[in-house]
Amino acid sequence: MNLQVPLEHGMALAAILLVLGLAGVLVRRDAIFILLSLEIMLNAAGLAFIVAGARWAQADGQVMYLFILAVAAAEVSIGLALVLWLYHWHKTVDIDRARSLRG
Amino acid sequence: MVIAFYLASAVAIVATFMVITRLNAVHALLYLVVSLLAAALIFLLLGAPFAAALEVIIYGGAIMVLFVFVVMMLSMGPRGAAEGWERPVLTALIGPAILLAVLLAELLYVFGGAPSVPVHVVEVTPRQVGARLLGPYLLGVELVSMLLLIGLTGAFHLAYHLGKRETQKGAGGSR
Repeated sequence: MNLQVPLEHGMALAAILLVLGLAGVLVRRDAIFILLSLEIMLNAAGLAFIVAGARWAQADGQVMYLFILAVAAAEVSIGLALVLWLYHWHKTVDIDRARSLRG
Repeated sequence: MVIAFYLASAVAIVATFMVITRLNAVHALLYLVVSLLAAALIFLLLGAPFAAALEVIIYGGAIMVLFVFVVMMLSMGPRGAAEGWERPVLTALIGPAILLAVLLAELLYVFGGAPSVPVHVVEVTPRQVGARLLGPYLLGVELVSMLLLIGLTGAFHLAYHLGKRETQKGAGGSR
């Protein structure tokens, strides 16, 4: 019995999660859901790094995961502040309403 | 161990699919937390306990709390905050609770006997990660610290001006 998870299956899981997140970004018009889908995509990328790092038993995958985590944290803080601005200007979080710069 | 990986993968995929199809943002957040916990369990099964802990603490904790704050500040939807523990809330909790129960059963099954990483999996310890992080990747750490500083400054700038506008409007008596 093989006790090691194959690399392809871990990568397939990361790909499925990434595509689900991409579908969320493309389909949803709610700014909060778009940010949530971006988080899903970043998490899927981190999962791919962890899977690859586990395959060769190296720490580099987890290091890259840490970097992705920091990027996600910075992105979500700025993104949510922008969502609050969007709601302040348009009284909605519908991303299609934000067509012009400077309100 | 392999079956646990596939079960956690199935939970992650189902929960993620539910996230992008929910209409209520709070329900989507519940499913996203489940999805992140499933990912953390997968990290643990792959021998990356440090990444699993960070997934729970930072993704499932800090980032989700930010989302919850914003959703509560916007208070969207037909139902406001005065909902209470009534039927709609409980029915919304059933799906995430089932998925969480699957994850918990898996966790107890895999780690119930031995309090360590599963056998036949090479564990990459936090010590190795730290040595790697502050060795060859030191420049990356500096870049990440700059990125976080930029994020902090940007969020402060946005929130500061938004707060000033809100207080001006409040003083004008228009709200």
